[in-house]
Amino acid sequence: MLGDYSLGDLGAIFAMQGFAGLILFSVYVLMALGLAIIFGQMGVINMAHGEFMILGAYVTYFCSEFFQAQLPSLFPAYFFVAMALAFVASGALGMLVEWTLIKRLYKRPLDTLLATWGLSLILQQTYRSVFGPREVGVVLPDWLLGSLPVTDVIEVPINGVFVMCLTTLITVTVALLMYKSRWGQQVRAVVQNRVMAGAVGIDTEKVDRLTFGLGCGIAGVAGSAFTMIGSTGPTSGQLYIVDTFLIVVFGGATSLLGTIASAFSISQTQSTLEFFLSGSMAKVITLLTVVAILMLRPQGLFTLKVRR
Amino acid sequence: MKTAPSFLNRRDMLALAVVAALLLIVFPALLDGFRLNLVGKYLTYAFVAVGLVLCWGYGGILSLGQGVFFALGGYGMAMYLKLEASSVENTKIQSTPGIPDFMDWNQITELPYFWQPFHSLPLTILLIILVPAFFAFVIGSAMFKRRVSGVYFAIITQAIAAIATILIIGQQGYTGGVNGITDLRTLHGWDIRTDSAKFILYFVNVVLLLSVVGLALFVRASKLGRILVAMREKEDRVRFSGYSVANFQIFVFCLAGVFAALGGAMFTLQVGFMSPSLVGIVPSIEMVIFTAVGGRMSLFGAIYGTLAVNFAKTSLSESFPELWLLGLGGLFIAVVLAFPNGLAGIWNDYVQPPIDRALKLRPKHQGDDVAKQAASTAPAE
Amino acid sequence: MTTIGTPPKDYLLAVEALTVSFDGFKAVNDLSFYVDENEIRVIIGPNGAGKTTVLDLICGKTKATAGSIRFRGAELTKMSESQIVLSGVGRKFQTPSIYDDLTIFENLEISYPKGRSVWGALTFKRDQAVRDRVEEVSEIIFLKDKLHERAAFLSHGQKQWLEIGMLLIQDPELLMLDEPVAGMSVSERIKTAELLNTIIKNRSVLVIEHDMKFVEDIAHKVTVLHQGKILSEGSMQKVKTDPKVVEVYLGH
Repeated sequence: MLGDYSLGDLGAIFAMQGFAGLILFSVYVLMALGLAIIFGQMGVINMAHGEFMILGAYVTYFCSEFFQAQLPSLFPAYFFVAMALAFVASGALGMLVEWTLIKRLYKRPLDTLLATWGLSLILQQTYRSVFGPREVGVVLPDWLLGSLPVTDVIEVPINGVFVMCLTTLITVTVALLMYKSRWGQQVRAVVQNRVMAGAVGIDTEKVDRLTFGLGCGIAGVAGSAFTMIGSTGPTSGQLYIVDTFLIVVFGGATSLLGTIASAFSISQTQSTLEFFLSGSMAKVITLLTVVAILMLRPQGLFTLKVRR
Repeated sequence: MKTAPSFLNRRDMLALAVVAALLLIVFPALLDGFRLNLVGKYLTYAFVAVGLVLCWGYGGILSLGQGVFFALGGYGMAMYLKLEASSVENTKIQSTPGIPDFMDWNQITELPYFWQPFHSLPLTILLIILVPAFFAFVIGSAMFKRRVSGVYFAIITQAIAAIATILIIGQQGYTGGVNGITDLRTLHGWDIRTDSAKFILYFVNVVLLLSVVGLALFVRASKLGRILVAMREKEDRVRFSGYSVANFQIFVFCLAGVFAALGGAMFTLQVGFMSPSLVGIVPSIEMVIFTAVGGRMSLFGAIYGTLAVNFAKTSLSESFPELWLLGLGGLFIAVVLAFPNGLAGIWNDYVQPPIDRALKLRPKHQGDDVAKQAASTAPAE
Repeated sequence: MTTIGTPPKDYLLAVEALTVSFDGFKAVNDLSFYVDENEIRVIIGPNGAGKTTVLDLICGKTKATAGSIRFRGAELTKMSESQIVLSGVGRKFQTPSIYDDLTIFENLEISYPKGRSVWGALTFKRDQAVRDRVEEVSEIIFLKDKLHERAAFLSHGQKQWLEIGMLLIQDPELLMLDEPVAGMSVSERIKTAELLNTIIKNRSVLVIEHDMKFVEDIAHKVTVLHQGKILSEGSMQKVKTDPKVVEVYLGH
């Protein structure tokens, strides 16, 4: 399949597909970041993560509608408002879910998996009842459309660059929050020894709730980014959950850098393969490769060897 | 009692008798042909649920990809039936007569090599058992030998279910795509679409299911059954008592896979088609909920759980489709939070004790009997 | 007091130049020691000295970075855990590691050295020999009247005994015990010492223990570990008076 293209063509194809995959990469990174925080730090498998993402997508959609109708002059800036609101909405729902459901399930990872799957079904049906079964798409402000020419053949989509910058910003913030702030220190203390952390005065319940909320909030932002590559429907989130889990596992579950590297390799492989094969075969080959690698190296790409 | 196989204690025999009477006498007597066929379809899922009781309930291995094994059996049977339905005479209007219609529509002019063995019925039956066993063996060896278990295993099996669905839908010409393999007519010349055939197939299905339950009861009562429980609790202790934990995990995963495949094959025979809608993430995880509702440690519960959830699904989704998804979601949460032992747990806690008291159904006070009794009831408590 | 009838050079267990590192941290560093037939060796040392890691290395739970462990001349570092067990090494864990959902009988039965393959387990028959042996062992570990109760209902001390019983039924030539009396009441300790004295006959034992009184009672030879290396080795009397040992360990 590669034989028909010259080396220069191939370079351009890889570059173009690479840039085209930027948004997918960003969605993956943000989704996986949220999941990795929740799984890596709390040991909870959140199967409803896709639904938290879709909530963010719906929020973005309603923002775009609202600004178009009520505040057309501010429309170019609506996306920033939408992202902030998406974060707040998904984060708040996440904290509610932690308080009512997840709290009772720590130390039972397989059970969190089943319970959050149930939650995802309930959320899907709620979205369908409240927002309607129809898939909706957002209108982007003009400045996000179009692309920047880099060379004669390579063009970079502006929205991709924009989402990429935001993703970088969020990732850096999360990294600082987890590794430099006092709160991050508390989260890690709770992860390592819940009882001891509680004994030294850390409010472990609050830490858990905020951690889960943060993970879900980031998923909400991923939902904002998602509106640029797909239309939003009640079940759109479910399509992403398996990919995202593979990314987290592939990246080594607790490593931030691993999560990013794995999101990058998976989104780029898929996006590049899509140029040569049908979309479904590109996905099959990508997922199969990941599963095969995980079978040979189950600990993922980046893990520390620790004393058991 | 004396003539019964030694792996059945009195309570198991009673339970087996009750379920056999229900499925072989009560349902056929009370239900019309359409409803009975529907029950038959549900019972094919019970094969998967019984396998999951051993694999997940006893072994602690949660597979979210059982739909793949169901499909391996179902597609195997469907391929045989389809080839029989696609005789040269039946398909003479096609541009290539003698191959399945969907292949012809996809400009395929020759039967693919992996379809060839399905011309023969004995070979088909053999492959329905061997292919899923082999597939489970490969996945199991790769994962369990490297100590992958728990949520990682669940996620990877789920990914495999996702891959399988995309692959089946994507490769239309070889698999029938999203519609699956349809328009199946005869099994070795016997028309399976008639009412009498459906009636007979229902009984074949029930007998096969009861045999599978019997086999599962035997496994549970053997030392292997206790090793599964031991492994789930203290994997390292089992390992350092000289057992190769991975081999036991591989065995039980293969067994669950073969059970699921048998269910799939019976599904195709009774329902008359096989499609990717029974393969992917959603059906696979629903099969887990059948097991959970029945009680993850209860082999008989698996049958009742499957029937209960599916009856609810059929009646609710006909009249209030939006309620069904909410109900199913709530069910997932309820069996995790409130009823971790499902129907079997409720039965053991509230129904069995008064019955025991009434019947004075107590084992003789002899070491062996008591131990066996404890083995069969203790984990469900 | 040590070997009878075997040449002194023919050690049961020979650990040589054993090293394991976790991300550069050497938990066990160039360690060598030898255990004779029928010897009772106690390993002592401060927390983090690498005692449990040594047992993990011998039974295959942790893979060595370098060095060799030979048991009756066979190299253990190359074997899987179950092969190591089959060659005659038994291991008791620090916290009682038993199966709560099974009965005492079933707990012991699983350790009975027969039917350890998948097929063997499927066709395993609970014959008279098994029943007799389980009863015999249950008597030794003071649990005979509880044979058909679930193990979950046992006290901490009884769980420790049950695990010792599981090893006993396994009948290893080298028995490794990680803090067998930790967390026990005084009366349980006395019973455990009695129990250990019964079961160490005709086998070699490697024990990790902190209780000095207990160590003095049972040890033939003591090895003191510190930061993954041997600090001192010899009789209890010799070790006790070694100034290095007094400084890092016994001093506190």
